[in-house]
Amino acid sequence: MAQKHGEENIKAYSKNFTTMTPGPFAKWLRTNLIFQFIRFIVINIKMLVVVGKGH
Amino acid sequence: MARLIVLGGGVSGHTAATFAAKWLGSAHEVVVVTPNAKWNWIPSNIWVGVGQMSKEEVTFDLAPVYAKAGITYKQAKAVSLNPAGNESSDKPFVTIEFTEEGRAGESENIEYDYVINATGPKLNFGATPGLGLGDKLGEYTVSVCTPDHATHAADELKKCIKKMKAGERQKFLIGTGHGLCTCQGAAFEYIFNIEHELKKAGVRDMADLKWISNESFLGDFGVGGLHMKSMGFAVSSKIFAESLFTERNVDWIIGAHVNKVEAGKVHYELLDGDMGEEEFDFSMLIPPFAGVGLKAYGKDSADITDTIFAPNGFLKVDANYGAGAYENWKASDWPQTYQNPTYANMFACGIAFAPPHPISKPMKSPNGTPIGPTPPRTGMPSGIIGKTVAHSICDRILKGEDAPLHEASMAHMGAACVASAGKGLFNGTAAAMTIYPVVPDFDKYPGTGRDTEYTFGEIGLAGHWIKHILHHLFMHKAQLRVGWTLIPE
Repeated sequence: MAQKHGEENIKAYSKNFTTMTPGPFAKWLRTNLIFQFIRFIVINIKMLVVVGKGH
Repeated sequence: MARLIVLGGGVSGHTAATFAAKWLGSAHEVVVVTPNAKWNWIPSNIWVGVGQMSKEEVTFDLAPVYAKAGITYKQAKAVSLNPAGNESSDKPFVTIEFTEEGRAGESENIEYDYVINATGPKLNFGATPGLGLGDKLGEYTVSVCTPDHATHAADELKKCIKKMKAGERQKFLIGTGHGLCTCQGAAFEYIFNIEHELKKAGVRDMADLKWISNESFLGDFGVGGLHMKSMGFAVSSKIFAESLFTERNVDWIIGAHVNKVEAGKVHYELLDGDMGEEEFDFSMLIPPFAGVGLKAYGKDSADITDTIFAPNGFLKVDANYGAGAYENWKASDWPQTYQNPTYANMFACGIAFAPPHPISKPMKSPNGTPIGPTPPRTGMPSGIIGKTVAHSICDRILKGEDAPLHEASMAHMGAACVASAGKGLFNGTAAAMTIYPVVPDFDKYPGTGRDTEYTFGEIGLAGHWIKHILHHLFMHKAQLRVGWTLIPE
C-alpha cells in the first residue's frame, strides 16, 4: 500500500477522524533546505518582533 | 552597601542575579543561594533524555561564573525567611542550609535589604502514589526534569530499543503524572523525540506510543490553547496537535488525572468520571509542581508562612487572588511587578511566584477531582520577569526607595516557544510558535483572546535549527560570555 503520509493512521469515527493530515508536498517542504532556510529567516524576524513586544 | 539575595539559580534567578550584579557594580552585594553546583539549560534535557546530548552539554559549573560576575555564591538551600528580623535584630534575614560537600547540613543566617524568591518548583513526585516519594522520582517511570533524570531516561530508552530489535514490542506512555501538572510542552517534545529516535533506530513499527495528559483538549499546553495564523485562517492549536499526533501515529488520552502508578501500569480518572488503566513498558510522566516549602517567621518567631506564601507554597505577589470563578477572570488579575504585598523588599520570579489562577479553564470530574493544567511560568517569561524584578530592585537601591517599579505582566507579554519534534541537522523538526499575549485577554482580543497577527506556529526543519541555536545562545549567555547582555531572554 502506498505511503499516505499520515492518512493511513486515521481511524473512521475515532477521536482522530476529524483532524487534518499533511500531504506529501507539505511534508517535503518541512525538510526542504531552500524552503526551510527562507522560513528560518521569516520565523526569526517574527520571533524578534514578538520578543521585542515583551521587553 | 545594600545586599540583594536571590534564592535560586535557575533560568529566572540566574537572569535576575547576573543583571543585578552588572547594574549594581561592586558598590553593592548580590548573593545567590542555590542548592545546585551546576546551571542547567532545562529545555535541552529533552535531547539528553533520548541520548542525543550528554549531561555535560546542558550544564556548567556555577562557581566560576559567579566569581567572574562578582556574585557571592552559597551552595545551599533556603529554609526560612524572617522578613522583619527577629527579637534581637530588625534586619530581615534568610536562613540557609548548605548542600555543598564538606559543609552539608550547616546553617547560616544572611541579612538582606532585598530578596528575590526564584527557587523554582519542588518536583512533587510524591503527589501521585507510585510516581515517587516527596521530590524523589520513583522506580516505575522516568523523568526529564533534571539532567540526571534525563540521562537515566536515555539509558532506559536504549534498553527498550534493544528489546524491540530483538523482536519484543514495546509500549511508551508519555505525559503528565497528575491532574494538576504543568509543562505539557516538555512531555510533548519528549514523545515526538522518542518517535523520531525509534524511526532512526528502525524499530518504529515495534512501538506503540500513547500520550496521557490533564489537558481538556490536545494542544491546550496550559495556556488554554491558542489560535495561530495559518494559510489565512486562525487555526486552533487543537487542530495543529491532533494533526501531528495522527501523522506520527501517536494515540492519546486527555482530561486524565493519573492517580496511581505501579510497575508497568498507571491508573487514571477522566474528566467524565470514568476510571481507567494503561499499561506501559516505558513511561515518562511529568510530576506536579509545588513550592519548595520555605517557611516564614515574624519578629516574635510566629509562623507567618500563610501571610507570605499561597497554599501551594508559591510566593504571593501583586496579583488578584480573589478573582473567583473562571467567568470573572481578567488579564489584569496577573501580577505586573512581582512585589510581595506585605513586604516591599521581597519579590518573586519564575515558577516561584503564585499565579492568581490557571490560564486554562479549570475543570473537575463528577467525583470532584480537579483536572486541568496549572499555568506555565517557565522559559522566556521567567527570564523576562527575572530581569524586570532585578531592574526594579536596582533602581530602588541606586535611585531611592520611591523609584517606580518595572512591569512585566504575562498578560502583556509575548513569548516565543520552540518545541522539538526530533533532532537532526537535516531531518530534525520542531514546532516554532509565538504567542501574544501569554495570558489571553478576551476584552482586548474578543474571541481568541490573543492577537493573531503575532500568534503563529509552524513545524519544520527551520524550527529545529532555531532550537539548536537557542541552546548554544542561552548556554553562552548564562556563562556571561562576550555579548551576553545582547541576547534576549
